[in-house]
Amino acid sequence: MVTPVLECKNLSISYYTRAGEVPAVYDFNLTVNPGEAVGIVGESGCGKSTVALAIMQYMGKNGAVTGGEIKFLGRDMRAMSDEELRRIRGSQIAMVYQEPMASLNPSMRIRDQLIEVPMIHEGLDAAAAEKRAIELLDAVRLPDPLRILNSYPHQLSGGQQQRAVIAMALLSNPKLLLLDEPTTALDVTVEAGVVELIKDIAKRFGTSMIYISHNLGLILETCDRICVMYSGQSVELGSVKQVFDQMRHPYTRGLFQSIPLPGTDRFAHPLVPIRGQLPLPRDRPTGCTFGPRCDFFQKDRCGPPQHMQEVRGDAGHQVRCARYGEIDWSAQVHQGVQSEPMQPGKVVLQVKDMKKYYEIHNNSLAALISGRGVRYVKANEKLDFEAREAETVAIVGESGCGKSTFAKVLMGLEKATGGEVLVNGVDIGKLPVKKRPQGLISSLQMVFQNPFETLNPSHSVGSQIGRVLKKFGVAKTREEIERKTAELLDMVKLPREFADRKPRQLSGGQKQRIGIARAFGGNASVVVADEPVSALDVSVQAAVTGLLTDIQRKKRTTMVFISHDLSVVRYLADRVVVMYLGRVMEQGTTDQVFAPPYHPYTEALLSAVPIADTSIVKKHIVLKGELPSPMNPPPGCPFQTRCPRKIGAICETDLPEVKELAPGHRIMCHLPEAELHQMEPVIAVARKPVH
Amino acid sequence: MTDLAASPARPGRFAKIARSVGLLRESPIGMVGLTLVLFWVLIAIFADLLPLRDPLAQAGADLLTPALTPSPDGGHYWLGTDDKGRDILARLFYGSRLVLFWSGFATVVAYAVGMLMGVAAGYRGGWWDEIISFIGNVFLAFPQMVLYIVILSQLGPDSSAGQWLAGEGFSTVWVKGLTIVLAVMFATAPQVARIVRGLVLDLKTRDYVAAAEVRGETPIYIMIVELLPNARGPLIVDACLRLGYVTIAIAALGFLGLGLPPPDPDWGKMISEVRGYGTAAANAMIWPALAISTMVLGLNLLADGLREISLRD
Repeated sequence: MVTPVLECKNLSISYYTRAGEVPAVYDFNLTVNPGEAVGIVGESGCGKSTVALAIMQYMGKNGAVTGGEIKFLGRDMRAMSDEELRRIRGSQIAMVYQEPMASLNPSMRIRDQLIEVPMIHEGLDAAAAEKRAIELLDAVRLPDPLRILNSYPHQLSGGQQQRAVIAMALLSNPKLLLLDEPTTALDVTVEAGVVELIKDIAKRFGTSMIYISHNLGLILETCDRICVMYSGQSVELGSVKQVFDQMRHPYTRGLFQSIPLPGTDRFAHPLVPIRGQLPLPRDRPTGCTFGPRCDFFQKDRCGPPQHMQEVRGDAGHQVRCARYGEIDWSAQVHQGVQSEPMQPGKVVLQVKDMKKYYEIHNNSLAALISGRGVRYVKANEKLDFEAREAETVAIVGESGCGKSTFAKVLMGLEKATGGEVLVNGVDIGKLPVKKRPQGLISSLQMVFQNPFETLNPSHSVGSQIGRVLKKFGVAKTREEIERKTAELLDMVKLPREFADRKPRQLSGGQKQRIGIARAFGGNASVVVADEPVSALDVSVQAAVTGLLTDIQRKKRTTMVFISHDLSVVRYLADRVVVMYLGRVMEQGTTDQVFAPPYHPYTEALLSAVPIADTSIVKKHIVLKGELPSPMNPPPGCPFQTRCPRKIGAICETDLPEVKELAPGHRIMCHLPEAELHQMEPVIAVARKPVH
Repeated sequence: MTDLAASPARPGRFAKIARSVGLLRESPIGMVGLTLVLFWVLIAIFADLLPLRDPLAQAGADLLTPALTPSPDGGHYWLGTDDKGRDILARLFYGSRLVLFWSGFATVVAYAVGMLMGVAAGYRGGWWDEIISFIGNVFLAFPQMVLYIVILSQLGPDSSAGQWLAGEGFSTVWVKGLTIVLAVMFATAPQVARIVRGLVLDLKTRDYVAAAEVRGETPIYIMIVELLPNARGPLIVDACLRLGYVTIAIAALGFLGLGLPPPDPDWGKMISEVRGYGTAAANAMIWPALAISTMVLGLNLLADGLREISLRD
């Protein structure tokens, strides 16, 4: 039998804090065989990164492995000396972290950072090390490796940086590569490229990998086996196919039911959030850790501590559930509360030819002499769309596409350079928030992205909601404010006692609910939601999207939903506007945009989104090149530098006309209509969706 | 009281202070600092209750006596007497009131002005920032002592501003004290403004600031309610250090004869009054010097301790 590259046996890891010992991971078992890619998936706080740090024996001062063993190539790492560990790290085991900019030293050239790896570990001289570095940069498909070697990290884009980090990790041909959310900080189309690369590496170099992610779709694309973690323990372990198609732990199933897969729909097939919250390490139940949130909990069976057991008749599939054999897994596939679709009303928001340019002043002497002192960043160019009452319009695009700039203009934080933004027929594009009447301000509100920044940490939740009520004249007296605050807390399904709490006493999802309560405090008719769920864990995401839908139904609010996540958009939106470098590339109803004919950019975006469903067959379109800077957009069609369907010189010189292919479905592309209509769907479902 | 809703917040606040002190226990350095500072604060508050001599009473016969000299009234001059036969212990203890009051007052004023300057420069940016930062830099360009001397000589009791204050019924001590406060403000506020500006540049990118802007709050509201409370962590540490620097500055001014007018026992002045007697006055000089250094050391150690616990979590 082959020696596994890595074997964790009954591993437990603790952190020591002011409050005492906090067990972060316990009773953890994992084997990684040569050439195998194992995914570890779980929500924040489940201990997945702690496992990675423990494997590197890099726990910091306040963490320690308290039990069990970690065997690397058959040797217990806990018995190794510091010197031995130092030799293994970087040469035998390498790690790639989430933030590429934080893993590269900003004051060293890429060359010096790369060549020191083989120089230190293998004693190569500088020339040989550089030759190796060039080979590896080529292997990670970075164009022009020599130029990259001479660059500083800030001169590279995020995708290039992460490729350089992966090259660095591979330089000494490690036996084991640890990847901790390596693509979370990247745009989807860039992520797709890096994921391709990771898959390719596994094949070419035969490196074993541990891929840590919260995204089940990415695990499906990259891994052979998967380990699902919950609250410091592995709860399910098996091949990707076993776990994805025949999950046997209620938590795993809960996860799959709360991610917006194709076939879900916010009315007919709503997502099912997992109720409750992840317990804090010190409040963990003694028995099954998932017990308090589980629908199948039985005190006598689930009360005692649970152990991993082999699933009968399914070799290699393990689960930590006493009742897995008794649950009817085919029943209750969707138990979400179904509802009638909303009927959109009159047009509330109209954007006509809206433009927003930023002036960039260059005060250098050279610029003054040449007369090029002012340049423009065209953040929004000819934005054109409308939104109706009780309708959700999604604006989709990668970073730098201008979606947040539009939100700022709508909210009055920036002035439009040209065109009109009409809210109920009144142009507000050039009206800064200072000059807006109170009624207009309260009817246009916003839900922000980052739950940890959306509330002021210095003030209580109640006072922050109360301020909105007072400011918008909804409530005047103290009693009235308290009563309305309580009503708003009821609306977002939080206990009324939360009014006295400080934001740091709330979880991310709870904070986001307060953010929603605040936005709806003044009876808003248009609410801009800027990536409201992208920073939340999936099980919480489902609850927050459900809440938004409920409130929208009650208040008939128009929602402008800004997102880069096409899965959430397909689930939530009625209509979609796809933006690229400040321009609308395609718009239409959700069904129109998610089915052919596509704009080539939409097509690439759709193929880049990882989908956690083994029955889905996707076309793989990996865009070449990097996102151009909005400071310096390419001439002609903005997408021409990366377009896989570019037809020729016309794309480089002329801006395409907007074609209306169906009522409301508009595409800006040079491709002839006939060719657009012949496109095949990017996503094919092998099995019939549950419609 | 009908204010029932507000009452639950009160024990919360006390609990918070108690918790902070509890956290400080984990930093031995911080506890030493807190002990030294508390010692002087308690002395200043309860000086009247202690069996002290009159700090201004001159005993003609006992000049520059060493510590523990028996006094004619049957007791002791515990720390000896100064050149005019005044009891050093009494002068030190009563002097702590002056030192703590004026350095505290000056620091608070400098902080208030510096925070407003910094938050306006940081939040408004553009011309606001250019102008405020320029004014601050002009004051920072002077060596501090020079700045103090220039301001105190221009705004002393003999200046028109001083005479106006005196005409309004302020005593000489107050006129002098207020000019010192003003001088400290000019020298310190720009430094505080710089720190606050830096903190605000970071804080203003937070979503809760955008949320306030989007609901139409005024810049003043955003600066005072949304921004400043969140800058308090680093500012509390800095304020402790700053209070120590101001204490030294006021003592130095007293030593140079620019401090509070005689005969009040200002620690800096206590040293300068006897320095002409050379080694014969060693005892009279060492005690006020020790008082200044223990208090400043205490403040510095307290700041270190606060920083230590704020970094740990």
